[in-house]
Amino acid sequence: MSTAIDNRLDRRFTALKAAGRTGLVPFITAGDPAPELTVPVMHALVAAGADVIELGMPFSDPMADGPVIQHASERALRHGVSVAQVLEWVRAFRRDDAETPVVLMGYLNPVEIMGVERFAASAADAGVDGVLLVDCPIEEDATAAPLREAGLRRILLTAPTTAEARLQRACELAEGFLYYVSFAGITGAARLSVDAIAERVADIRKRSRAPVAVGFGVRDADSARAIAAFADAVVIGSALVESLAGSEDAGQVEQRVRTFLEPIRTALDR
Amino acid sequence: MNASSPVEDFHAWPDAQGRFGDYGGSFVAETLMAPLAELTEAYTRLRSDPEFVAELDRDLAHYVGRPSPIYYAERLSREVGGARIILKREDLNHTGAHKINNTVGQALLARHMGKPRVIAETGAGQHGVATATVAARLGLKCVVYMGATDIERQKINVYRMKLLGAEVVPVTSGSKTLKDALNEALRDWVTNVADTFYIIGTVAGPHPYPMMVRDFNAIVGREARAQMQEQFGRLPDVVTACVGGGSNAMGIFHAFLNDRDVRLVGAEAAGEGLSSGHHAASLAAGRPGVLHGNRTYLLCDDDGQITETHSISAGLDYPGVGPEHAFLKDAGRAEYLGISDDEAMEAFHRLCRTEGILPALESSHAVAQAIKLARELPKDGLVLCNLSGRGDKDVHTIAAREGIEL
Repeated sequence: MSTAIDNRLDRRFTALKAAGRTGLVPFITAGDPAPELTVPVMHALVAAGADVIELGMPFSDPMADGPVIQHASERALRHGVSVAQVLEWVRAFRRDDAETPVVLMGYLNPVEIMGVERFAASAADAGVDGVLLVDCPIEEDATAAPLREAGLRRILLTAPTTAEARLQRACELAEGFLYYVSFAGITGAARLSVDAIAERVADIRKRSRAPVAVGFGVRDADSARAIAAFADAVVIGSALVESLAGSEDAGQVEQRVRTFLEPIRTALDR
Repeated sequence: MNASSPVEDFHAWPDAQGRFGDYGGSFVAETLMAPLAELTEAYTRLRSDPEFVAELDRDLAHYVGRPSPIYYAERLSREVGGARIILKREDLNHTGAHKINNTVGQALLARHMGKPRVIAETGAGQHGVATATVAARLGLKCVVYMGATDIERQKINVYRMKLLGAEVVPVTSGSKTLKDALNEALRDWVTNVADTFYIIGTVAGPHPYPMMVRDFNAIVGREARAQMQEQFGRLPDVVTACVGGGSNAMGIFHAFLNDRDVRLVGAEAAGEGLSSGHHAASLAAGRPGVLHGNRTYLLCDDDGQITETHSISAGLDYPGVGPEHAFLKDAGRAEYLGISDDEAMEAFHRLCRTEGILPALESSHAVAQAIKLARELPKDGLVLCNLSGRGDKDVHTIAAREGIEL
């Protein structure tokens, strides 16, 4: 069975649990703000306290994303960023970082056009640990089967609107971590009812064999700290992408990563 | 479906997962799965509810003006010199196109589901107008998403929607056209699911939309099939319709799917030619992929990014196509051929001149295809062509193309 294959994600979450720490999972769009900055940003994220890196593969039609990530995607595509290029950046990152798990997040079509099997093999070879396909729900699980076979963790999403039977199924299939979307909306929107999320996450954690990461609407140290009280990890996307937009060189982007992420890391560890 | 096994009953699709063989499905973000399930449940229940069906039939008869006639285009046929060309006159419907068959149905569904707000995407504005129309009639709040580029190209329809009480929201992401309007409408829906019903305008999108939009438009083929029997004593040799997303084509094809002797031909927008790269012919020149919630043929580059399309007709200017068409293509049940901008224009003028009917640019593609097909058949042959909409909306585009200032 694929989960028997050693995976950085599993090791990282086991270590976090042992240390009693909440995982910090920043999201960036590959190729934004500039292609040559992607690998430096990944290292800067680790230096500022990231436990897992979520790397967005740009797509022309990101229907589940809000304006911030849409624009980041458009900028990256204008730079000609391809799936193959994203995998090359992961390979380059791995040369200096053998431990930090990397999860690719994206939409199905670029993966299908490359061929799911070919993508899975290339991603595993480049050092990717998990893949989250936004528009591939558990009903279409067969499409994603080659990912598991290549030893990659298929990261699944659940939402406040997920019906009971489907939630149970997602908890059973979950591997790597289970991504809980904290409200029904697109990425980057700013609505959080912490009590409601806490209750739901507590229920999911009881049933899921994988740790639970909470995202969508987490913007800063305070919102991250509130989520950390009950989640295994916190995902931060739009607010980070927004803060990095327009950076001109590695020095500037690394400074912005520190300014943004370090207070969140501190808040999580408090 | 195994590609090698013949399809026994074309009316048996889609399956419970919304799949037409390898195509269709529900490729959407997790947050949309619950509203789609709610919609599927409501539609499955109401489609066989006698009260709902009676209400829909009443609206189709007295508000839309159904049945629409079929009409033997005698002068056109004579000029072409081949088989008889019969037009299914969807252009005579209220609002001037087949789009209203679907919006009437979905808006009734919205009301039965207790959703006070409807949203829609639109390209040329025809579906937007048809949605704004039924929303006004039922007193529903209406928001229409439209690409900023299309808003500029289709000012009259934008104003029509506003007159009907709809809010038109410009979409400035991506290519600023129909596909981006669809993305934006999906984002609205995901955020406002509790009170909002999303009226998709074509047979694409996640399950149950391809099935539901087809069902609401299938009345076109049911009527036409009976009308052909009545007036000509037999079924046509071939049925043709234009295909963008494919709702009018699916509507007229559906009743004929199991009549294996009736040839089905979809006319896609070949724009400036299939080899030019400036076209919107997803079936004739695209490849299978996943977009807007379903697996289907689409136009994308080698890295899976959706490419921009071109057609003189805004209603055909879409990089995907309904999954049932993809299924019919692979099963060999329907063929999909390209009609260029120039061929569509020529057919447009010919129908105006010979029959006094001004067709929509979309429908002009079907007329051009019908002319080609008529030439291949003997004089007693019958070509049924879906005249899906009227062309008043296109007068400005045509004048501009021909260098005429109005």
